[in-house]
Amino acid sequence: MPKSREGAVNAMTKSELILRLSQLNPHLYQRDIERLVSTIFDEIAEALARGDRVELRGFGAFSVKRRDARTGRNPRTGESVQVTRKYIPFFKTGKQLRERLNTQ
Amino acid sequence: MGHNTVTRAQLSEAVYQEVGLSRNESAELVEVILNEISDALARGEMVKISSFGSFSVRQKGQRIGRNPKTGEEVPILPRRVLVFRASHVLKNRINQALSGAPAGEAA
Repeated sequence: MPKSREGAVNAMTKSELILRLSQLNPHLYQRDIERLVSTIFDEIAEALARGDRVELRGFGAFSVKRRDARTGRNPRTGESVQVTRKYIPFFKTGKQLRERLNTQ
Repeated sequence: MGHNTVTRAQLSEAVYQEVGLSRNESAELVEVILNEISDALARGEMVKISSFGSFSVRQKGQRIGRNPKTGEEVPILPRRVLVFRASHVLKNRINQALSGAPAGEAA
């Protein structure tokens, strides 16, 4: 269902981002650009794994929310199941980016 | 949760340490990356970072909202919102670190 709401759109993948960055920075080694990109996402992931928040003004903020353990139900069988406590990564869009998405 | 906040400064420092570019260039490149991602999203593209997650833009229709303070009805105009979906790798990494078990699995 969510698929149809997004429709068919172009996607920029990590490798396309790396390619684009190497075009913009011809003086850098591709290897260094790859490390640069993975370092950034790795730092964010590591911070979230510590339960920390990552705040990138203008872009957005990543945080972790806790969902406590609960008794859920299998919607198909009606059987109750124990759902353990879990942590959900969450992203809140920054003001500047949110505004950019809505200016033509 | 959230004892500490990581900002651009720490990301640039990590790039400086890991990649060995100057501090200035590291900071600039962090900015360039965020801008490239923002530009793609503003064009309506999706951004997929493997083993991290994906950002997509969703069109929302107009609806009637309410000012929670005054109870007054106000139209919420159609708008585009950004949705982040964390990858399973990221979800599992976080759950393993914080509770010692992968996401949603019984301990």
